[in-house]
Amino acid sequence: MQLYVCIKHVPDSAAHISIVDKTHIDENLTFLLNPYDEHAITEAVRIKESLPGVEIIAVCLGKNDADKTLRSALAMGVDRGILITSDKRHDSIETAQALKSAIEQDGTPDLIFTGKESIDAEGMQTMFRIGALFDFPVATNVVRVDIEADRAVVDSALSGGIVNTYELSLPCVLGAGRGLNTPRYPTFPDVVKSKKKPIKKIMFKELNINVSLAGMNIVELEPLLQSREPKEITGDAGEIAETIIRILKDEAKVI
Amino acid sequence: MMKNIGLIIELNNGKIKETNFGMITLARAKNTELFAIVIDADTGVLKEDLESFGITNIIDVMLPEGQQNNPVICAKAIITAIKVFNISLVCGLSTAKGKDLLPRIAAFMEAPLIMDCHAIDPEQNLVKTSQYSGKTIATIKLTGEVLILGVRPNAIAPLKAHTSARIVPVELDEKNLVSKGFKVIKTSETDESKNINLADADVIISGGRGMKNADNFDILSKCAEKLTAAVGASRVAVDAGWVPYSMQVGQTGEKVSPLVYIACGISGSMQHFAGMKTSGMIIAINTDATAAIMSNCDYYVKADALEIIPELTKLL
Ligand SMILES: Cc1cc2nc3c(=O)[nH]c(=O)nc-3n(C[C@H](O)[C@H](O)[C@H](O)COP(=O)(O)OP(=O)(O)OC[C@H]3O[C@@H](n4cnc5c(N)ncnc54)[C@H](O)[C@@H]3O)c2cc1C
Ligand SMILES: Nc1ncnc2c1ncn2[C@@H]1O[C@H](COP(=O)(O)O)[C@@H](O)[C@H]1O
Repeated sequence: MQLYVCIKHVPDSAAHISIVDKTHIDENLTFLLNPYDEHAITEAVRIKESLPGVEIIAVCLGKNDADKTLRSALAMGVDRGILITSDKRHDSIETAQALKSAIEQDGTPDLIFTGKESIDAEGMQTMFRIGALFDFPVATNVVRVDIEADRAVVDSALSGGIVNTYELSLPCVLGAGRGLNTPRYPTFPDVVKSKKKPIKKIMFKELNINVSLAGMNIVELEPLLQSREPKEITGDAGEIAETIIRILKDEAKVI
Repeated sequence: MMKNIGLIIELNNGKIKETNFGMITLARAKNTELFAIVIDADTGVLKEDLESFGITNIIDVMLPEGQQNNPVICAKAIITAIKVFNISLVCGLSTAKGKDLLPRIAAFMEAPLIMDCHAIDPEQNLVKTSQYSGKTIATIKLTGEVLILGVRPNAIAPLKAHTSARIVPVELDEKNLVSKGFKVIKTSETDESKNINLADADVIISGGRGMKNADNFDILSKCAEKLTAAVGASRVAVDAGWVPYSMQVGQTGEKVSPLVYIACGISGSMQHFAGMKTSGMIIAINTDATAAIMSNCDYYVKADALEIIPELTKLL
């Protein structure tokens, strides 16, 4: 069984983002494995431990230095990696095409994992596009996965406490949510072992991606400026509560 | 040229959720005609409400029996409506349901999609959304025959614009309405009128590590009940097991834009801000005047949240 995990190399969520040329961020900062993709990897490793003959392959579309993120994935238990290199920023239509094409060239997927969202683009869609290209069923924000002979039964939690249980035939595409598991971080021996695992590099332009008429292009990036001017509310507990109620009534008009 | 805009209306118990009207307001523009896409509802009952916000066509979609909760079937039915009515821009809410539906439509049509938009220019096909964990605002140009947008709930306040509308049913070809390899086993439709959803709430009261234990969250719930507010939490409160993950606000939780966000015992980490910084008003209650949230809010109270909140509840 071949299990593919799509992983993205993203800026650290705690990093300060500064913008250059109006449309790009200054990439001189720490990049990490997208947090939801850690859940995807952890789940893939769990499946491998419970079933015989599972191989896990991580696939990433990114710049050359995204191999660091692939190394982290290998240390977490992935068997080998594929890096599709490109210096451009690709929208999710092109990204899905590239990931699909690289997976197809490499083997026969029985299951494809992604995260439910990348924390930089916040697209929430790449899994559905990969699914549509392969004609595989898709579920996202999965918080429980049971693999049975030729199907996956998953719980998909789409906020507000709503949980749907879906049955998908294999192969399928699953977007991992945070409630799925607790990521297992590598030990020192895992890191050492991962150094011997292979990473195959292919260039985006070698993949013969069709130019799509549809696209999403960033024309401007601006920092989200917070122009809040904090005012203190003082007094004893009763006075403070009264002031808050007055603000909610007169200013915010919510009561 | 006249442009047809489709608005997927989200219902709760057969009624139109208030947040839909903000979405319609956001999509209104010159030279456009607004089509409400209403699924499995008594459109006659909803007509008047939709007319008061500028809708001129109500597309009545009836899904086959037993398929009401299947997002694949629903996506395919909406695609039929898009084609039949020549719709070139489709908006839906970026809510729980929207996140499982809009990307399916976009993927099947290979159409561009931007989720969580808070501004739309239907003439230029430009939208604004947040990126990089809410630290930047991106203006994105969409190209393609049909464009799909997920609109952030509460992005703007609804504005009325009276029109009259016709109701038109859409013929669905049941042969096309298949969901290959995908079955819904169970859905837990929660009654949102009882349980206020974080994403749609006008007021959110959230607790963090400063709440100290699970029982103290009852203090927040009692206050929330009086305020018709939803209760949220920081990741620390979720990881400690005090409240379920579905209550987490932040980068790896729910992204919310209420009119008022009251943060109790929350320090205001970057990751927490990523989920609530677009709130209309932020009120912080924290014992530490140097906590990050105290310098990035509209009102702050340097006090014990466990003293202030019960007092607030008493006076409400
Ligand atoms: C990849 C990643 C993703 C993350 N995603 C999220 C996310 O989605 N959401 C999220 O919230 N966090 C997230 N975090 C965690 C985040 O970094 C912080 O650790 C977390 O937000 C802190 O929670 P807190 O404010 O409750 O706790 P703390 O930072 O410990 O703050 C507690 C605050 O309570 C105050 N306090 C204590 N007692 C009282 C009292 N009696 N009354 C009033 N105030 C009191 C203290 O002064 C302090 O300021 C993420 C982290 C990472 C690395
Ligand atoms: N460049 C990429 N390389 C590999 N996987 C990706 C890439 N972009 C997105 N993905 C996958 O798709 C998921 C959803 O991304 P998005 O649609 O951007 O929110 C991510 O969690 C990844 O698993």
